[in-house]
Amino acid sequence: MSKNNSFLTDQKRDARKARPSSNSWRKWIGVVPFFIFALLFILLPSVNILAGAFRTNAGRFTLANFAGLFEPSILSAYWVTIKISLTTALVGGLLGFLMAYSVTVGKLPKAVRNMLMTFSGVASNFAGVPLAFAFIATLGRTGLITLILKNVLKLNLYALGFNLYSFWGLSLTYLFFQFPLMVLIITPALDGLKKEWSEAAENLGATRSLYWRKVALPILTPSILGAIILLFGNSFGAYATAYSLTGGFINLITIVVGSQIKGDILYNPGLGYALAVGMVIVMAVMMAIYYYLRRKSERWLPR
Amino acid sequence: MAFLTLKNVSKVFGNTTAVEDFNLEVEKGEFVSFLGPSGCGKTTTLRMIAGFELPTSGIITLDGEDITYKSPNQRNVGMVFQSYALFPNLTIGQNIGFGLQVRKMPKEEMEKRIDEMLSIVHLEAHKNKYPHQLSGGQQQRIALARALAINPRVLLLDEPLSALDAKIRVELRLEIRRIQQEMGITTIYVTHDQEEALLISDRIVVMSQGLIEQVGTPDKIYNYPSNEFVAQFVGQLNLLPITDVDLENGKCLLAGQEVRFEHTPGRIISESPRLAIRPEELQIGTGEGRNALKGRVESALFLGAVVRLRVDIGGVFLSADFFNERSRTLPHSGDEVVISFPEYSCWVM
Ligand SMILES: Nc1ncnc2c1ncn2[C@@H]1O[C@H](COP(=O)(O)OP(=O)(O)O)[C@@H](O)[C@H]1O
Ligand SMILES: [Mg+2]
Repeated sequence: MSKNNSFLTDQKRDARKARPSSNSWRKWIGVVPFFIFALLFILLPSVNILAGAFRTNAGRFTLANFAGLFEPSILSAYWVTIKISLTTALVGGLLGFLMAYSVTVGKLPKAVRNMLMTFSGVASNFAGVPLAFAFIATLGRTGLITLILKNVLKLNLYALGFNLYSFWGLSLTYLFFQFPLMVLIITPALDGLKKEWSEAAENLGATRSLYWRKVALPILTPSILGAIILLFGNSFGAYATAYSLTGGFINLITIVVGSQIKGDILYNPGLGYALAVGMVIVMAVMMAIYYYLRRKSERWLPR
Repeated sequence: MAFLTLKNVSKVFGNTTAVEDFNLEVEKGEFVSFLGPSGCGKTTTLRMIAGFELPTSGIITLDGEDITYKSPNQRNVGMVFQSYALFPNLTIGQNIGFGLQVRKMPKEEMEKRIDEMLSIVHLEAHKNKYPHQLSGGQQQRIALARALAINPRVLLLDEPLSALDAKIRVELRLEIRRIQQEMGITTIYVTHDQEEALLISDRIVVMSQGLIEQVGTPDKIYNYPSNEFVAQFVGQLNLLPITDVDLENGKCLLAGQEVRFEHTPGRIISESPRLAIRPEELQIGTGEGRNALKGRVESALFLGAVVRLRVDIGGVFLSADFFNERSRTLPHSGDEVVISFPEYSCWVM
């Protein structure tokens, strides 16, 4: 009896000690790697870039790097990059949406859906040198498809004005990873459309197109906007694909940054940093537009 | 010709026959329930009336018009789904107005109609809210208002209450019936809940495995079930094995004790005949001109208003329900009792 009592007092039975409280530092352990990565590879480099953008090669403060951004050749590099990002985001978004539509709402066989999803999972990550090489090998001047079209169908792509190493050629190459990314992002959203919504609309007399205009598209708009901005960013930051495909023939902003930092003839890291800050600003503007549109389109969502 | 008719309607999916040779005539303003266990083809039949499924064979007519193959958006029938199916991106007012907008109703008239529908379902204050801001019960009222706003020729409801709590369910089923009667709208109501079907229907169609088992008013279905499935599915039923069945004189033996029953000529008796009687027809103690069975109480369940006894009649168990009486002490298990019932209350199957 007394033994039992002493057991209770000796152990100092305390609920807070018996189980770690919800404020315990332990629950943060899982996210520590994230914070380390964020610090090392996002925060520090950003600070470094920002600081570097205001420094001369000798290390003194300057605004000359930013003045350099307004050179016509650099402005045009920004503009081409924005154009190619917008084009491939919108065209890739549309293509991806249509494909996702046909395997979800369009009720294509499950096997087709599985094929498309697997392909998209792989293709959305296919970029850089291998992607560029794949396109050169198929649609380059002596590419397989180019030759087949020329010899079998007597269709000379390059004589007709096509050029893989041009704006449209590069856009076509980018589309190869853009539309699969759209498929991956938008398929779950399309799955989320309830069959009853379209049936209720039809029951109330609506045609399919009216249902899409009044119900389905408004419900999907926030997801579509999110996907488009992701696609935009995906192409805006792409470097290796363009570099290996055109070798700098198309003056993308990432290529300009690369040549300033890696330094061959044009070595000027200060300007490179300022160019990178400019890219952040472009992305920030796109995000601001995105947030504005998204807020407008999701007023009906629970908060 | 009846207002809504289904003639020899069948529906086959692959190798399952969901609905087989379904025949029904529904009068204008009538409230008909489809009652049956899950998978018996209730929803499929309803969806064929709505136009979401095409019958494999058969004809459906509405108000004299053959609508069998008419597209759903041309039928002008209202549908209420189990999951409410309100459009989440539209306000309550816009949801109710959806069908009116499709019909190009002038704005002012439309607003009036929306307000009228909102007052019918008592949710005037919620016009500008979004569906997610309403409770399940409120959302289903709005779904009902949306379906009724277009003045449909028939209202179709597919288990509209089964996603709701018991309390709301009880409240809303009476409300659905009230609104249906006020508007005089022809209604088909799908449910697997026999109590619900008995309470609100003019007529019930009992279904099982794609077939109609019986069509009739609630009291006919309950008191004169046409077969064992109906008798067992609707309400509680004692089915007690009997021997020495004498149809001529309406006599048989139950665990060695004689029971008299009223024989309905033409009723089919199975090879292993059983006596059917509902628990609430039974009484403790004997009575003038009643069948009496001696037995022993196996268990007594006190349910409040009702006391449910399980009685062992020489190896045959029957269950008997009585109203609770304040002054009466409950029987205990092991007590010897006599259970009695009039001969017209039981039948042989
Ligand atoms: N679209 C469909 N494809 C294949 N089988 C179906 C389909 N819809 C219903 N069924 C089958 O038809 C039968 C009846 O289903 P249903 O009408 O939904 O029953 P209930 O509504 O009475 O529960 C079930 O066996 C079900 O599996
Ligand atoms: Mg069903």
